[in-house]
Amino acid sequence: MKISRHHTQGLAKGVIWVAAFSTLAVMFWILYQVLREGLPLLHPDFFIQAPRQMGRAGGIFSTIIGTIALTVVAIVIATPLGVGTAIFLQEYTRESGVSRVIRFGTDCLAGVPSIIFGLFGFVFFVIFLRMGWSILSGGLTLATMILPTIICTAEEAIKSVPYTYREVSFALGGTRWQTIRKMVLPNAFPGILTGVLLGVGRSVGETAAVILTAGSSFITPDSLFSPIRTMAVHFYILAREGISMEMAYATGAALILLILAINTGANWMMYRYAHKA
Amino acid sequence: MSKEKILEKSFLLIALSSISILALIAFFIFQQGIPLIWKVGLNSFLLGDRWFPSKESFGIFPMIVGSFWVTLGSLIVGVPLGVACAVFLCELIPPTIAMILRPMIQLLGAIPSVIYGFWGLIVLVPLIRDSFGGPGLSILAGSLVLGIMILPTIISISEDSLRALPRTYKEGALSLGATHWQTIWRVLLPAARSGIVASIILGMGRAIGETMAMIMILGNATQLPNSILSSARTLTTNIGIEMGYASGDHRQALFATGVVLFFIIMGLNSVALIISRKGRA
Amino acid sequence: MPIRLEESSFMEKQAKIAIQNFHFYYGTFMALKDLNLSIQPNQIFAILGPARSGKTTLLKSMNRLTDLIFGTSHTGQIFIDSQEIYGPEISLPELRRRLGMVFDLPTALPLSIFENVAYGPRFKGLSEKSRLEEIVEKSLQAAVLWDEVKDRLQSSALRLSGGQQQRLCIARMLALEPEILMLDEPCSGLDPISTASIEESLTKLKEKYTILLVPHNIQQASRVADRVGFFLEGKMVEEGSAFDLFTRPKNKKTEDYISGKFG
Repeated sequence: MKISRHHTQGLAKGVIWVAAFSTLAVMFWILYQVLREGLPLLHPDFFIQAPRQMGRAGGIFSTIIGTIALTVVAIVIATPLGVGTAIFLQEYTRESGVSRVIRFGTDCLAGVPSIIFGLFGFVFFVIFLRMGWSILSGGLTLATMILPTIICTAEEAIKSVPYTYREVSFALGGTRWQTIRKMVLPNAFPGILTGVLLGVGRSVGETAAVILTAGSSFITPDSLFSPIRTMAVHFYILAREGISMEMAYATGAALILLILAINTGANWMMYRYAHKA
Repeated sequence: MSKEKILEKSFLLIALSSISILALIAFFIFQQGIPLIWKVGLNSFLLGDRWFPSKESFGIFPMIVGSFWVTLGSLIVGVPLGVACAVFLCELIPPTIAMILRPMIQLLGAIPSVIYGFWGLIVLVPLIRDSFGGPGLSILAGSLVLGIMILPTIISISEDSLRALPRTYKEGALSLGATHWQTIWRVLLPAARSGIVASIILGMGRAIGETMAMIMILGNATQLPNSILSSARTLTTNIGIEMGYASGDHRQALFATGVVLFFIIMGLNSVALIISRKGRA
Repeated sequence: MPIRLEESSFMEKQAKIAIQNFHFYYGTFMALKDLNLSIQPNQIFAILGPARSGKTTLLKSMNRLTDLIFGTSHTGQIFIDSQEIYGPEISLPELRRRLGMVFDLPTALPLSIFENVAYGPRFKGLSEKSRLEEIVEKSLQAAVLWDEVKDRLQSSALRLSGGQQQRLCIARMLALEPEILMLDEPCSGLDPISTASIEESLTKLKEKYTILLVPHNIQQASRVADRVGFFLEGKMVEEGSAFDLFTRPKNKKTEDYISGKFG
């Protein structure tokens, strides 16, 4: 019996529908489950109080501080380096040996697994530079992790500034740096900001590298050299040690909401930017 | 030197940061790990199947096998479903709905791996334990969760490749009498092949490098796994679990595991580069 | 020590611009061949010719915008006020302020009208508000745009019409207080009224400046130019007063182009 093309099509499409639908459903259901259990547990106290009894009670205040601190350090270090690299690649060179080497380095860095960054951060920042398990070690390690992302998005943003703007700026007597500063960067800013937000998202979710470099203390930190736990690390410890499923759900829900907010911000930024141009 | 020249040199210096960091990473990881590989012997390190740090026995073969099976499993789960979703988004649903789904899928890709691990731990592991026996913490669980985790990557990039195809491909095929499905299967997917392969390699890189979720659901047994229901470790989880308390040779052995991982990832990157260059040529 | 012009002729000594044996290359492609030209101050010199004859290249090699393009090179010399502009101690930003340029497409920057005009002066280091306001008003008036925009100086320049944007570009150029104006088909794409007003301003401006103009067509050249150079495939075929060139051209190719036999 020969199956007609239409039957084949119907069957194939049906399979795809089922596969895709169920896949997407499962993926969203994962989020839904954590949110369903965790959202009801989120009340202001949860965010303001520090963890007590190893995390069985209290809130996640210190982990929020830790997350913010680590992210800020990472962004403060990675953004100038990343944007500077992008400026160099787009404004000061053409495709050459130097630029190829730089791109190779950036591409490879983007592929390194987070646990390797953790090992590196441990032996370099914690031990070799004697920073110990600290916000500084963790933030610097995260900076190396998000650097490729920022370079990539900054390059795209700078590339999208029309060449005529630069030509006019030069024709009016601008030097290269003046042109970059007054014409290129202001116009590339939204795109660069999107890249920074993506870097923030990655920092917030990163766990392996953070545990190895920032420690896992849940005491509220008092300096850049204090060890700290981020929300993601706290969530992991709660879940794996089986300390408190309730707290885990709550922390997980908070984490998801935070990522949601950051991603939405980045998307909105990209949307506005694309429509302005 | 004029101000402009100074600025140019400064930017050059900044731009060298990424390759410098890469070099630093390689240097320090190797510096810690290579001596141990030397000491134990490459063969017995890579092929030895006993990992007993307290007895100075450092064989990571079980972890290599674990990484292999878990990654393979994740690809078996992730690639067909991912490509199917890409086709679904691109060809089978109205563009307006796809426009809503796309950022949501991107969001799923941004969710931290620990969340997926958590879900695996409380939903999947008991399910497997009840249905198939065994501890539940298994390669099967790991593959399924890892597969789900790499889906956003595969879906986004494959879908982008499909959407980037010139409309004439589709229109040409349809006007020659092909059905929609025949067009997808025989024309569009083959044409987008290089992009889809790129997404698979990227997903593979992510799968090999995943740590936290795997620690949570693989069970972390150090023996050679003998079935998909076995508990196991991967190269990454080996490091992640023991780094907190390892010292001396033990710690160096973990760095050595990192060296092996480094080579595997670099190898994968090179393959990806070669394929992408061939695809372009 | 600046390279001094050869003391070869009285005309060249007085010239504002003197080009000697100038060849210009994009890589291996020779875009300008053996150019010898001197231009007197306070006149409008039209650079006439069909497409791809090197007109824009000539303008851009004069303010060295061509330096931005990779792989360009030249032989020969260009002197402005007897100073070699490709000399080693020339400051590029200063050179580009002395030779103002207007491109063939309206290129308003994504800033307010005020900031567009003030853009060049700010680079010079000028930041005093009253001085900037003075320069902006003066330049916009000289470009015959002041009355139309004086009430909305802070609004975005991108909202102006094509003709207004082009006049804005002229104002922007004048704000630099240059000595030489270079206009590359400034009226392309503009309506006849805008064109006429720009041509009128040019005639007034030559009292203060030396003007190099790539005209949109032959008629424009005959309307405003004092002297004309006819270019074909990078070579200047003929050069003379506008009257002479248009009424009794010496070269057959010039005559053919002017009478429209090719374009």
